[in-house]
Amino acid sequence: MTLLRAAAATAARRGARSAELDLDRLRADFPALEREHDGRRQVYLDSAASSQTPRAVLDAMSRYYLEQRANVHRGDYALAFEATLAYEAARDRIARFLGAPDRRGVVFTRGTTEALNLVAHAWGRRHLGPGDEVLLTVAEHHSNLVPWQLAARARGATLRFLPLTEEGELDLSALDRLLTRRTRLLAVTGMSNVLGARVPLAALVSAARSVGARVLVDAAQLALHERIDLAGLGADFLALSGHKLLGPTGIGVLAARPERLEEMDPFLAGGEMVDDVTLEGATWNELPYRFEAGTPPIAEAIGLGAALDYLEGIGFAAIRAREAALTRHGLALLDAGRGVRLLGPRDPARRAPVFSFSVVDASGDPIHPHDLATLLGAEGVAVRAGHQCARPLLRELGLSAVTRASCAFYTSLAELDALAAAIDHARTFFSRPRARG
Amino acid sequence: MLDELYQDLILDHHRRPRNKRPCPACSCRAEGANALCGDSLVVGVSLDGERIASVSFEGQGCAISQASASMMTEAVQGLSVADALALGGELRALLRGEAPARDLGDLQSLEGIARFPVRIKCALLPWTTLEHALAPPAAREERR
Repeated sequence: MTLLRAAAATAARRGARSAELDLDRLRADFPALEREHDGRRQVYLDSAASSQTPRAVLDAMSRYYLEQRANVHRGDYALAFEATLAYEAARDRIARFLGAPDRRGVVFTRGTTEALNLVAHAWGRRHLGPGDEVLLTVAEHHSNLVPWQLAARARGATLRFLPLTEEGELDLSALDRLLTRRTRLLAVTGMSNVLGARVPLAALVSAARSVGARVLVDAAQLALHERIDLAGLGADFLALSGHKLLGPTGIGVLAARPERLEEMDPFLAGGEMVDDVTLEGATWNELPYRFEAGTPPIAEAIGLGAALDYLEGIGFAAIRAREAALTRHGLALLDAGRGVRLLGPRDPARRAPVFSFSVVDASGDPIHPHDLATLLGAEGVAVRAGHQCARPLLRELGLSAVTRASCAFYTSLAELDALAAAIDHARTFFSRPRARG
Repeated sequence: MLDELYQDLILDHHRRPRNKRPCPACSCRAEGANALCGDSLVVGVSLDGERIASVSFEGQGCAISQASASMMTEAVQGLSVADALALGGELRALLRGEAPARDLGDLQSLEGIARFPVRIKCALLPWTTLEHALAPPAAREERR
Protein backbone atom coordinates (compact mmCIF):
# COMPACT_ATOMS: atom_id res chain seq x y z
CA MET A 1 0.00 0.00 0.00
CA THR A 2 2.95 2.29 0.70
CA LEU A 3 3.99 1.56 -2.86
CA LEU A 4 0.65 2.79 -4.16
CA ARG A 5 0.80 5.94 -2.08
CA ALA A 6 4.33 6.76 -3.24
CA ALA A 7 3.34 6.21 -6.87
CA ALA A 8 0.28 8.39 -6.39
CA ALA A 9 2.31 11.20 -4.82
CA THR A 10 4.86 11.17 -7.66
CA ALA A 11 2.16 11.30 -10.28
CA ALA A 12 0.22 13.97 -8.44
CA ARG A 13 3.29 16.23 -8.70
CA ARG A 14 3.71 15.38 -12.36
CA GLY A 15 -0.01 15.89 -13.02
CA ALA A 16 -0.01 19.33 -11.43
CA ARG A 17 2.66 20.44 -13.88
CA SER A 18 1.19 19.01 -17.08
CA ALA A 19 -2.55 19.58 -16.82
CA GLU A 20 -4.06 22.91 -17.69
CA LEU A 21 -7.20 22.29 -15.67
CA ASP A 22 -7.10 22.59 -11.92
CA LEU A 23 -7.80 18.93 -11.44
CA ASP A 24 -8.31 19.03 -7.68
CA ARG A 25 -10.93 21.71 -7.97
CA LEU A 26 -12.60 19.98 -10.88
CA ARG A 27 -12.69 16.62 -9.12
CA ALA A 28 -14.38 18.24 -6.12
CA ASP A 29 -17.40 18.76 -8.41
CA PHE A 30 -17.86 14.96 -8.56
CA PRO A 31 -18.91 13.72 -5.12
CA ALA A 32 -18.44 10.03 -5.97
CA LEU A 33 -14.77 10.57 -6.85
CA GLU A 34 -14.17 11.51 -3.22
CA ARG A 35 -15.23 8.13 -1.99
CA GLU A 36 -12.72 6.16 0.02
CA HIS A 37 -11.97 2.47 -0.11
CA ASP A 38 -10.20 0.94 2.91
CA GLY A 39 -8.91 4.34 3.94
CA ARG A 40 -7.61 5.22 0.45
CA ARG A 41 -9.20 7.28 -2.28
CA GLN A 42 -11.19 5.06 -4.63
CA VAL A 43 -9.69 4.94 -8.14
CA TYR A 44 -12.49 5.09 -10.71
CA LEU A 45 -11.40 3.77 -14.10
CA ASP A 46 -14.76 2.67 -15.48
CA SER A 47 -15.97 5.90 -17.07
CA ALA A 48 -16.61 4.17 -20.40
CA ALA A 49 -19.27 2.11 -18.62
CA SER A 50 -20.73 5.12 -16.83
CA SER A 51 -19.19 8.50 -16.21
CA GLN A 52 -19.39 10.22 -12.83
CA THR A 53 -21.94 12.96 -12.27
CA PRO A 54 -21.09 16.52 -11.23
CA ARG A 55 -23.11 18.16 -8.49
CA ALA A 56 -24.52 20.70 -10.98
CA VAL A 57 -26.48 17.90 -12.64
CA LEU A 58 -27.93 16.72 -9.34
CA ASP A 59 -28.83 20.32 -8.46
CA ALA A 60 -30.72 20.81 -11.73
CA MET A 61 -32.62 17.56 -11.21
CA SER A 62 -33.41 18.49 -7.59
CA ARG A 63 -34.69 21.87 -8.71
CA TYR A 64 -37.16 20.14 -10.98
CA TYR A 65 -38.37 17.80 -8.24
CA LEU A 66 -38.42 20.48 -5.53
CA GLU A 67 -39.73 23.48 -7.47
CA GLN A 68 -41.07 22.55 -10.91
CA ARG A 69 -42.56 19.12 -10.40
CA ALA A 70 -45.32 18.57 -12.93
CA ASN A 71 -45.86 16.69 -16.16
CA VAL A 72 -44.81 18.35 -19.39
CA HIS A 73 -46.88 19.51 -22.37
CA ARG A 74 -50.16 19.63 -20.43
CA GLY A 75 -51.51 21.39 -17.40
CA ASP A 76 -52.62 25.01 -17.43
CA TYR A 77 -50.72 26.08 -14.36
CA ALA A 78 -47.37 27.61 -13.55
CA LEU A 79 -45.66 24.41 -12.42
CA ALA A 80 -46.53 22.68 -15.68
CA PHE A 81 -45.35 25.65 -17.71
CA GLU A 82 -42.03 25.74 -15.90
CA ALA A 83 -41.52 21.99 -16.21
CA THR A 84 -42.25 22.15 -19.93
CA LEU A 85 -39.93 25.09 -20.41
CA ALA A 86 -37.12 23.35 -18.54
CA TYR A 87 -37.61 20.12 -20.50
CA GLU A 88 -37.69 21.88 -23.86
CA ALA A 89 -34.72 24.05 -22.90
CA ALA A 90 -32.80 20.82 -22.38
CA ARG A 91 -33.69 19.80 -25.93
CA ASP A 92 -32.35 23.11 -27.27
CA ARG A 93 -29.24 22.65 -25.16
CA ILE A 94 -28.61 19.24 -26.69
CA ALA A 95 -29.26 20.50 -30.22
CA ARG A 96 -26.65 23.20 -29.65
CA PHE A 97 -24.18 20.74 -28.14
CA LEU A 98 -24.43 18.40 -31.11
CA GLY A 99 -24.52 21.08 -33.77
CA ALA A 100 -27.95 19.80 -34.80
CA PRO A 101 -29.54 22.48 -37.00
CA ASP A 102 -33.13 21.64 -36.09
CA ARG A 103 -34.56 20.88 -32.63
CA ARG A 104 -37.29 18.83 -34.31
CA GLY A 105 -34.63 16.21 -34.94
CA VAL A 106 -33.69 15.84 -31.26
CA VAL A 107 -35.63 12.96 -29.71
CA PHE A 108 -35.27 11.98 -26.06
CA THR A 109 -34.95 8.24 -25.45
CA ARG A 110 -34.01 6.12 -22.46
CA GLY A 111 -30.48 5.78 -23.79
CA THR A 112 -28.38 4.83 -26.80
CA THR A 113 -29.84 1.34 -26.87
CA GLU A 114 -33.39 2.62 -27.24
CA ALA A 115 -32.31 5.19 -29.83
CA LEU A 116 -30.64 2.49 -31.93
CA ASN A 117 -33.65 0.20 -31.60
CA LEU A 118 -35.86 3.08 -32.64
CA VAL A 119 -33.96 3.51 -35.91
CA ALA A 120 -33.58 -0.23 -36.57
CA HIS A 121 -37.29 -0.70 -36.04
CA ALA A 122 -38.95 2.42 -37.43
CA TRP A 123 -36.49 3.26 -40.21
CA GLY A 124 -35.55 -0.36 -40.95
CA ARG A 125 -39.16 -1.47 -41.27
CA ARG A 126 -39.77 1.25 -43.85
CA HIS A 127 -36.53 1.20 -45.81
CA LEU A 128 -35.04 -2.28 -45.73
CA GLY A 129 -36.09 -5.09 -48.03
CA PRO A 130 -34.77 -8.30 -49.58
CA GLY A 131 -31.39 -7.74 -51.24
CA ASP A 132 -30.69 -4.57 -49.24
CA GLU A 133 -27.59 -4.36 -47.11
CA VAL A 134 -26.66 -2.66 -43.85
CA LEU A 135 -22.94 -2.09 -43.35
CA LEU A 136 -21.70 -2.31 -39.75
CA THR A 137 -18.21 -2.83 -38.36
CA VAL A 138 -16.86 -5.81 -36.43
CA ALA A 139 -16.20 -3.43 -33.53
CA GLU A 140 -19.85 -2.61 -32.78
CA HIS A 141 -21.27 -2.81 -29.28
CA HIS A 142 -24.02 -5.42 -29.09
CA SER A 143 -26.57 -2.60 -29.02
CA ASN A 144 -25.58 -1.48 -32.53
CA LEU A 145 -25.50 -5.05 -33.80
CA VAL A 146 -28.38 -7.08 -32.41
CA PRO A 147 -31.14 -4.56 -33.39
CA TRP A 148 -29.81 -4.77 -36.96
CA GLN A 149 -29.73 -8.56 -36.85
CA LEU A 150 -33.42 -8.49 -35.92
CA ALA A 151 -34.27 -5.86 -38.55
CA ALA A 152 -32.35 -7.74 -41.26
CA ARG A 153 -34.09 -10.99 -40.35
CA ALA A 154 -37.53 -9.35 -40.40
CA ARG A 155 -36.95 -7.61 -43.72
CA GLY A 156 -34.81 -10.16 -45.56
CA ALA A 157 -31.85 -7.77 -45.65
CA THR A 158 -28.18 -8.69 -45.24
CA LEU A 159 -25.59 -7.38 -42.79
CA ARG A 160 -22.02 -6.69 -43.90
CA PHE A 161 -19.08 -5.84 -41.66
CA LEU A 162 -16.12 -3.56 -42.07
CA PRO A 163 -13.04 -5.41 -40.73
CA LEU A 164 -10.17 -4.15 -38.57
CA THR A 165 -6.52 -3.62 -39.39
CA GLU A 166 -3.78 -5.37 -37.37
CA GLU A 167 -3.51 -2.25 -35.24
CA GLY A 168 -7.14 -2.46 -34.22
CA GLU A 169 -8.51 0.34 -36.39
CA LEU A 170 -11.25 0.19 -39.01
CA ASP A 171 -9.88 -1.03 -42.33
CA LEU A 172 -11.10 1.68 -44.69
CA SER A 173 -9.48 -0.09 -47.65
CA ALA A 174 -12.38 -2.56 -47.51
CA LEU A 175 -14.95 0.22 -48.00
CA ASP A 176 -14.79 0.04 -51.79
CA ARG A 177 -15.72 -3.61 -51.71
CA LEU A 178 -18.38 -3.36 -49.00
CA LEU A 179 -20.18 -0.14 -49.87
CA THR A 180 -22.33 -0.75 -52.93
CA ARG A 181 -25.59 0.42 -54.43
CA ARG A 182 -27.25 -2.24 -52.29
CA THR A 183 -26.05 -0.53 -49.08
CA ARG A 184 -29.01 1.25 -47.51
CA LEU A 185 -27.30 2.24 -44.28
CA LEU A 186 -23.89 2.49 -42.68
CA ALA A 187 -24.29 2.06 -38.89
CA VAL A 188 -20.97 2.66 -37.19
CA THR A 189 -19.62 3.38 -33.75
CA GLY A 190 -18.00 6.77 -33.33
CA MET A 191 -15.52 5.18 -30.92
CA SER A 192 -15.18 1.55 -29.92
CA ASN A 193 -15.88 0.94 -26.24
CA VAL A 194 -13.14 -1.71 -26.30
CA LEU A 195 -10.38 -0.39 -28.56
CA GLY A 196 -10.58 3.31 -27.72
CA ALA A 197 -9.51 4.01 -31.32
CA ARG A 198 -10.70 7.20 -32.93
CA VAL A 199 -12.88 6.61 -35.97
CA PRO A 200 -12.48 8.61 -39.21
CA LEU A 201 -16.16 9.50 -39.27
CA ALA A 202 -15.97 12.19 -41.95
CA ALA A 203 -14.38 9.77 -44.43
CA LEU A 204 -16.92 7.06 -43.58
CA VAL A 205 -19.89 9.40 -43.95
CA SER A 206 -18.75 10.74 -47.29
CA ALA A 207 -18.03 7.23 -48.64
CA ALA A 208 -21.47 6.05 -47.54
CA ARG A 209 -23.21 9.07 -49.00
CA SER A 210 -21.44 8.60 -52.32
CA VAL A 211 -23.37 5.34 -52.81
CA GLY A 212 -26.60 6.88 -51.51
CA ALA A 213 -26.53 5.11 -48.14
CA ARG A 214 -27.84 6.69 -44.94
CA VAL A 215 -25.46 6.96 -41.98
CA LEU A 216 -26.04 6.27 -38.31
CA VAL A 217 -23.37 7.02 -35.70
CA ASP A 218 -23.40 5.30 -32.32
CA ALA A 219 -21.85 8.11 -30.31
CA ALA A 220 -22.28 6.54 -26.86
CA GLN A 221 -18.50 6.43 -26.31
CA LEU A 222 -17.52 9.28 -28.57
CA ALA A 223 -19.55 12.05 -26.99
CA LEU A 224 -17.43 12.46 -23.84
CA HIS A 225 -14.18 12.56 -25.80
CA GLU A 226 -14.75 14.68 -28.90
CA ARG A 227 -16.86 17.59 -29.97
CA ILE A 228 -19.62 16.40 -32.30
CA ASP A 229 -20.79 18.57 -35.19
CA LEU A 230 -23.78 16.79 -36.62
CA ALA A 231 -24.48 19.27 -39.42
CA GLY A 232 -20.84 19.34 -40.47
CA LEU A 233 -20.56 15.57 -40.30
CA GLY A 234 -23.64 15.03 -42.45
CA ALA A 235 -24.82 11.90 -40.67
CA ASP A 236 -28.53 11.03 -40.74
CA PHE A 237 -28.79 9.61 -37.22
CA LEU A 238 -26.70 9.89 -34.08
CA ALA A 239 -27.38 8.16 -30.78
CA LEU A 240 -25.94 8.84 -27.35
CA SER A 241 -26.52 8.17 -23.65
CA GLY A 242 -26.72 10.70 -20.85
CA HIS A 243 -25.03 8.51 -18.27
CA LYS A 244 -21.83 8.28 -20.32
CA LEU A 245 -21.82 12.06 -20.70
CA LEU A 246 -21.83 13.18 -17.04
CA GLY A 247 -25.63 12.99 -17.01
CA PRO A 248 -28.07 10.74 -15.19
CA THR A 249 -29.10 7.23 -16.20
CA GLY A 250 -32.36 6.66 -18.06
CA ILE A 251 -31.92 9.40 -20.64
CA GLY A 252 -30.47 9.32 -24.13
CA VAL A 253 -30.83 11.11 -27.41
CA LEU A 254 -31.52 10.25 -30.99
CA ALA A 255 -30.45 13.22 -33.09
CA ALA A 256 -31.60 12.91 -36.67
CA ARG A 257 -32.23 14.86 -39.82
CA PRO A 258 -35.91 15.78 -39.48
CA GLU A 259 -36.59 14.58 -43.03
CA ARG A 260 -35.47 11.07 -41.98
CA LEU A 261 -37.85 11.11 -39.02
CA GLU A 262 -40.68 12.47 -41.16
CA GLU A 263 -40.59 9.38 -43.34
CA MET A 264 -40.75 6.97 -40.39
CA ASP A 265 -43.74 5.61 -38.53
CA PRO A 266 -43.60 5.79 -34.72
CA PHE A 267 -41.55 3.30 -32.69
CA LEU A 268 -43.42 3.27 -29.38
CA ALA A 269 -47.07 4.24 -29.33
CA GLY A 270 -49.13 5.88 -26.60
CA GLY A 271 -49.81 9.33 -25.27
CA GLU A 272 -48.10 12.44 -26.62
CA MET A 273 -46.96 10.84 -29.88
CA VAL A 274 -50.39 11.18 -31.52
CA ASP A 275 -52.24 14.03 -33.13
CA ASP A 276 -55.83 12.76 -33.39
CA VAL A 277 -57.06 9.36 -32.23
CA THR A 278 -60.28 7.58 -33.11
CA LEU A 279 -61.28 4.08 -32.08
CA GLU A 280 -60.06 2.91 -35.48
CA GLY A 281 -56.76 4.72 -35.84
CA ALA A 282 -54.55 7.69 -35.14
CA THR A 283 -52.52 10.38 -36.83
CA TRP A 284 -49.07 11.28 -35.63
CA ASN A 285 -47.94 14.26 -33.66
CA GLU A 286 -45.32 16.61 -35.12
CA LEU A 287 -41.61 16.04 -34.63
CA PRO A 288 -39.96 15.27 -32.32
CA TYR A 289 -42.98 14.30 -30.21
CA ARG A 290 -44.02 11.56 -32.62
CA PHE A 291 -41.12 9.56 -31.15
CA GLU A 292 -41.69 10.41 -27.50
CA ALA A 293 -44.58 8.24 -26.40
CA GLY A 294 -45.62 8.50 -22.78
CA THR A 295 -44.34 10.80 -20.06
CA PRO A 296 -40.64 11.29 -20.80
CA PRO A 297 -37.79 11.15 -18.26
CA ILE A 298 -38.19 14.85 -17.45
CA ALA A 299 -35.71 15.28 -14.62
CA GLU A 300 -33.19 13.20 -16.53
CA ALA A 301 -33.50 15.36 -19.64
CA ILE A 302 -33.00 18.46 -17.52
CA GLY A 303 -30.03 16.77 -15.84
CA LEU A 304 -28.48 15.97 -19.22
CA GLY A 305 -28.87 19.60 -20.25
CA ALA A 306 -27.02 20.64 -17.08
CA ALA A 307 -24.31 18.07 -17.80
CA LEU A 308 -23.70 19.63 -21.20
CA ASP A 309 -23.51 23.09 -19.61
CA TYR A 310 -20.88 21.72 -17.26
CA LEU A 311 -18.97 20.01 -20.05
CA GLU A 312 -18.89 23.07 -22.25
CA GLY A 313 -17.80 25.14 -19.26
CA ILE A 314 -14.67 23.02 -19.31
CA GLY A 315 -14.42 22.97 -23.07
CA PHE A 316 -13.34 20.28 -25.47
CA ALA A 317 -9.94 21.90 -26.03
CA ALA A 318 -9.09 21.39 -22.35
CA ILE A 319 -10.67 17.93 -22.42
CA ARG A 320 -8.55 16.88 -25.40
CA ALA A 321 -5.40 18.15 -23.72
CA ARG A 322 -6.20 16.26 -20.49
CA GLU A 323 -7.01 13.12 -22.44
CA ALA A 324 -3.80 13.34 -24.46
CA ALA A 325 -1.81 13.42 -21.21
CA LEU A 326 -3.80 10.48 -19.83
CA THR A 327 -3.37 8.52 -23.06
CA ARG A 328 0.39 9.03 -23.16
CA HIS A 329 0.69 8.09 -19.51
CA GLY A 330 -1.49 5.01 -19.92
CA LEU A 331 0.42 3.84 -22.98
CA ALA A 332 3.70 4.20 -21.10
CA LEU A 333 2.42 2.23 -18.11
CA LEU A 334 0.51 -0.52 -19.88
CA ASP A 335 3.32 -2.21 -21.77
CA ALA A 336 4.83 -5.64 -22.23
CA GLY A 337 7.36 -5.07 -19.46
CA ARG A 338 4.43 -5.15 -17.06
CA GLY A 339 3.00 -8.31 -18.64
CA VAL A 340 0.28 -6.28 -20.37
CA ARG A 341 -0.96 -6.82 -23.91
CA LEU A 342 -2.85 -3.67 -24.85
CA LEU A 343 -5.47 -3.59 -27.60
CA GLY A 344 -5.89 -0.75 -30.07
CA PRO A 345 -3.42 1.71 -31.58
CA ARG A 346 -0.20 2.68 -29.73
CA ASP A 347 -0.16 6.13 -31.31
CA PRO A 348 -1.67 8.49 -28.71
CA ALA A 349 -3.11 10.73 -31.43
CA ARG A 350 -5.21 7.86 -32.72
CA ARG A 351 -6.97 6.88 -29.52
CA ALA A 352 -8.72 7.99 -26.37
CA PRO A 353 -7.63 6.96 -22.85
CA VAL A 354 -9.78 3.82 -22.91
CA PHE A 355 -7.48 0.86 -22.36
CA SER A 356 -8.48 -2.77 -22.86
CA PHE A 357 -5.81 -5.32 -22.13
CA SER A 358 -4.83 -8.81 -21.01
CA VAL A 359 -2.20 -9.52 -18.38
CA VAL A 360 0.13 -12.45 -17.74
CA ASP A 361 1.43 -13.07 -14.23
CA ALA A 362 5.09 -12.96 -13.25
CA SER A 363 5.50 -16.59 -14.39
CA GLY A 364 4.02 -15.78 -17.80
CA ASP A 365 0.65 -17.46 -17.20
CA PRO A 366 -2.43 -15.47 -18.23
CA ILE A 367 -4.47 -13.93 -15.42
CA HIS A 368 -8.16 -14.24 -16.18
CA PRO A 369 -9.73 -10.77 -16.55
CA HIS A 370 -12.26 -11.47 -13.81
CA ASP A 371 -9.55 -12.56 -11.40
CA LEU A 372 -7.56 -9.45 -12.29
CA ALA A 373 -10.56 -7.13 -11.92
CA THR A 374 -11.39 -8.70 -8.56
CA LEU A 375 -7.84 -8.11 -7.32
CA LEU A 376 -7.86 -4.54 -8.59
CA GLY A 377 -11.29 -3.98 -7.08
CA ALA A 378 -10.06 -5.18 -3.71
CA GLU A 379 -7.41 -2.45 -3.89
CA GLY A 380 -10.04 0.16 -4.70
CA VAL A 381 -9.26 0.28 -8.43
CA ALA A 382 -12.53 0.07 -10.38
CA VAL A 383 -12.17 -1.48 -13.85
CA ARG A 384 -14.40 -3.60 -16.05
CA ALA A 385 -13.73 -7.24 -16.94
CA GLY A 386 -15.56 -9.38 -19.46
CA HIS A 387 -16.59 -9.31 -23.09
CA GLN A 388 -17.47 -5.58 -22.87
CA CYS A 389 -20.71 -6.22 -24.81
CA ALA A 390 -18.64 -6.77 -27.95
CA ARG A 391 -18.27 -10.52 -28.27
CA PRO A 392 -17.82 -10.54 -32.06
CA LEU A 393 -14.95 -8.07 -31.72
CA LEU A 394 -13.24 -10.10 -29.00
CA ARG A 395 -13.69 -13.28 -31.02
CA GLU A 396 -12.06 -11.47 -33.94
CA LEU A 397 -9.13 -10.63 -31.67
CA GLY A 398 -8.90 -14.22 -30.41
CA LEU A 399 -9.97 -13.31 -26.88
CA SER A 400 -12.93 -14.30 -24.76
CA ALA A 401 -12.65 -11.49 -22.24
CA VAL A 402 -10.49 -8.48 -21.46
CA THR A 403 -9.96 -6.00 -18.66
CA ARG A 404 -10.75 -2.39 -19.45
CA ALA A 405 -9.56 0.72 -17.63
CA SER A 406 -11.28 3.79 -19.01
CA CYS A 407 -10.65 7.43 -18.19
CA ALA A 408 -12.53 10.67 -18.49
CA PHE A 409 -11.03 14.16 -18.29
CA TYR A 410 -11.46 14.07 -14.51
CA THR A 411 -9.20 11.03 -14.19
CA SER A 412 -5.82 11.80 -12.66
CA LEU A 413 -2.45 10.47 -13.78
CA ALA A 414 -2.07 9.22 -10.22
CA GLU A 415 -5.08 6.97 -10.76
CA LEU A 416 -3.33 5.34 -13.71
CA ASP A 417 -0.24 4.90 -11.53
CA ALA A 418 -2.43 3.20 -8.94
CA LEU A 419 -3.74 0.91 -11.68
CA ALA A 420 -0.20 -0.02 -12.71
CA ALA A 421 0.83 -0.69 -9.11
CA ALA A 422 -2.27 -2.84 -8.58
CA ILE A 423 -1.51 -4.82 -11.75
CA ASP A 424 2.03 -5.42 -10.49
CA HIS A 425 0.61 -6.62 -7.20
CA ALA A 426 -1.84 -8.96 -8.96
CA ARG A 427 0.94 -10.45 -11.07
CA THR A 428 2.92 -11.28 -7.96
CA PHE A 429 -0.17 -12.48 -6.11
CA PHE A 430 -0.97 -15.08 -8.73
CA SER A 431 2.55 -16.35 -9.26
CA ARG A 432 3.93 -16.38 -5.74
CA PRO A 433 4.72 -19.80 -4.29
CA ARG A 434 1.90 -21.21 -2.20
CA ALA A 435 1.56 -23.74 0.55
CA ARG A 436 0.19 -27.00 -0.78
CA GLY A 437 -3.53 -27.51 -0.20
CA MET B 1 -10.54 -9.80 2.05
CA LEU B 2 -8.61 -10.97 -1.03
CA ASP B 3 -6.97 -13.83 0.83
CA GLU B 4 -10.44 -14.91 1.90
CA LEU B 5 -11.46 -15.17 -1.74
CA TYR B 6 -8.28 -16.57 -3.22
CA GLN B 7 -7.39 -19.00 -0.44
CA ASP B 8 -4.21 -21.03 -0.91
CA LEU B 9 -6.29 -24.14 -1.50
CA ILE B 10 -8.21 -22.43 -4.31
CA LEU B 11 -5.05 -21.20 -5.99
CA ASP B 12 -3.56 -24.67 -5.64
CA HIS B 13 -6.54 -26.25 -7.40
CA HIS B 14 -6.33 -23.51 -10.03
CA ARG B 15 -2.64 -24.19 -10.70
CA ARG B 16 -2.79 -27.97 -10.45
CA PRO B 17 -6.35 -28.85 -11.45
CA ARG B 18 -7.39 -32.40 -10.52
CA ASN B 19 -9.19 -34.60 -13.03
CA LYS B 20 -8.80 -32.08 -15.82
CA ARG B 21 -8.81 -34.23 -18.93
CA PRO B 22 -11.03 -34.97 -21.89
CA CYS B 23 -13.49 -37.80 -21.44
CA PRO B 24 -14.93 -38.67 -24.85
CA ALA B 25 -16.27 -42.02 -23.59
CA CYS B 26 -18.09 -40.66 -20.52
CA SER B 27 -21.71 -41.77 -20.38
CA CYS B 28 -22.92 -38.34 -19.19
CA ARG B 29 -21.54 -35.11 -20.54
CA ALA B 30 -22.61 -31.51 -20.57
CA GLU B 31 -21.18 -28.19 -21.65
CA GLY B 32 -21.53 -25.06 -19.59
CA ALA B 33 -20.55 -21.46 -20.22
CA ASN B 34 -20.66 -18.05 -18.61
CA ALA B 35 -20.80 -15.96 -21.76
CA LEU B 36 -20.13 -12.76 -19.85
CA CYS B 37 -16.75 -13.99 -18.63
CA GLY B 38 -15.93 -16.14 -21.62
CA ASP B 39 -15.64 -19.16 -19.33
CA SER B 40 -16.61 -22.52 -20.74
CA LEU B 41 -16.17 -26.06 -19.62
CA VAL B 42 -17.25 -29.62 -20.30
CA VAL B 43 -18.01 -32.00 -17.43
CA GLY B 44 -17.96 -35.74 -18.12
CA VAL B 45 -19.25 -38.39 -15.73
CA SER B 46 -19.04 -42.16 -15.84
CA LEU B 47 -21.77 -43.81 -13.81
CA ASP B 48 -21.67 -47.22 -12.20
CA GLY B 49 -25.39 -47.72 -11.63
CA GLU B 50 -26.45 -44.75 -9.51
CA ARG B 51 -22.89 -44.12 -8.33
CA ILE B 52 -20.41 -41.67 -9.85
CA ALA B 53 -17.48 -43.89 -10.88
CA SER B 54 -15.38 -41.07 -12.32
CA VAL B 55 -15.77 -37.44 -13.19
CA SER B 56 -13.54 -35.09 -15.14
CA PHE B 57 -13.64 -31.66 -16.73
CA GLU B 58 -11.92 -29.62 -19.39
CA GLY B 59 -12.20 -26.04 -20.52
CA GLN B 60 -11.00 -22.62 -19.56
CA GLY B 61 -11.95 -19.95 -17.12
CA CYS B 62 -10.98 -17.82 -14.19
CA ALA B 63 -9.18 -19.14 -11.12
CA ILE B 64 -12.45 -19.48 -9.22
CA SER B 65 -14.31 -21.51 -11.84
CA GLN B 66 -11.30 -23.74 -12.55
CA ALA B 67 -10.60 -24.37 -8.87
CA SER B 68 -14.27 -25.01 -8.17
CA ALA B 69 -14.40 -27.53 -11.03
CA SER B 70 -11.30 -29.27 -9.77
CA MET B 71 -12.65 -29.47 -6.20
CA MET B 72 -15.99 -30.68 -7.47
CA THR B 73 -14.46 -33.65 -9.28
CA GLU B 74 -12.82 -34.78 -6.06
CA ALA B 75 -15.88 -34.10 -3.90
CA VAL B 76 -18.44 -36.05 -5.92
CA GLN B 77 -16.22 -39.02 -6.81
CA GLY B 78 -17.93 -42.16 -5.50
CA LEU B 79 -21.12 -40.39 -4.43
CA SER B 80 -24.56 -41.42 -5.57
CA VAL B 81 -26.16 -39.07 -8.10
CA ALA B 82 -28.64 -37.90 -5.46
CA ASP B 83 -25.88 -37.18 -2.94
CA ALA B 84 -23.83 -35.30 -5.55
CA LEU B 85 -26.81 -33.11 -6.42
CA ALA B 86 -27.50 -32.53 -2.73
CA LEU B 87 -23.87 -31.51 -2.20
CA GLY B 88 -24.29 -28.94 -4.99
CA GLY B 89 -27.26 -27.56 -3.05
CA GLU B 90 -25.15 -27.29 0.09
CA LEU B 91 -22.48 -25.39 -1.85
CA ARG B 92 -25.10 -22.98 -3.20
CA ALA B 93 -26.23 -22.30 0.36
CA LEU B 94 -22.61 -21.73 1.44
CA LEU B 95 -22.16 -19.19 -1.38
CA ARG B 96 -25.33 -17.42 -0.24
CA GLY B 97 -23.54 -16.91 3.04
CA GLU B 98 -25.41 -19.60 5.00
CA ALA B 99 -23.50 -21.63 7.56
CA PRO B 100 -23.25 -25.25 6.40
CA ALA B 101 -24.71 -28.03 8.55
CA ARG B 102 -21.51 -30.05 8.16
CA ASP B 103 -17.91 -29.69 7.10
CA LEU B 104 -17.82 -29.56 3.31
CA GLY B 105 -14.11 -30.37 3.10
CA ASP B 106 -12.15 -28.52 0.42
CA LEU B 107 -15.39 -26.93 -0.83
CA GLN B 108 -15.47 -24.99 2.43
CA SER B 109 -12.61 -22.87 1.08
CA LEU B 110 -15.04 -21.32 -1.43
CA GLU B 111 -17.05 -19.60 1.31
CA GLY B 112 -15.20 -16.28 0.89
CA ILE B 113 -16.86 -15.91 -2.52
CA ALA B 114 -20.12 -15.07 -0.76
CA ARG B 115 -18.68 -11.57 -0.28
CA PHE B 116 -18.04 -11.15 -4.03
CA PRO B 117 -21.54 -11.46 -5.51
CA VAL B 118 -20.49 -11.22 -9.16
CA ARG B 119 -18.10 -14.14 -8.72
CA ILE B 120 -20.65 -16.61 -7.33
CA LYS B 121 -21.63 -17.71 -10.81
CA CYS B 122 -17.97 -18.54 -11.50
CA ALA B 123 -17.93 -21.01 -8.63
CA LEU B 124 -21.30 -22.47 -9.59
CA LEU B 125 -20.59 -23.00 -13.30
CA PRO B 126 -19.03 -26.48 -12.83
CA TRP B 127 -21.88 -27.54 -10.56
CA THR B 128 -24.59 -26.33 -12.91
CA THR B 129 -22.82 -28.18 -15.71
CA LEU B 130 -22.57 -31.32 -13.57
CA GLU B 131 -26.31 -31.15 -12.88
CA HIS B 132 -26.97 -30.95 -16.60
CA ALA B 133 -24.68 -33.91 -17.21
CA LEU B 134 -26.47 -36.00 -14.58
CA ALA B 135 -30.06 -34.99 -15.15
CA PRO B 136 -31.77 -36.64 -18.12
CA PRO B 137 -33.43 -34.04 -20.40
CA ALA B 138 -36.94 -34.92 -19.18
CA ALA B 139 -36.02 -34.40 -15.54
CA ARG B 140 -34.35 -31.13 -16.46
CA GLU B 141 -37.55 -29.84 -18.00
CA GLU B 142 -39.39 -30.57 -14.76
CA ARG B 143 -36.85 -28.70 -12.67
CA ARG B 144 -37.37 -25.50 -14.65
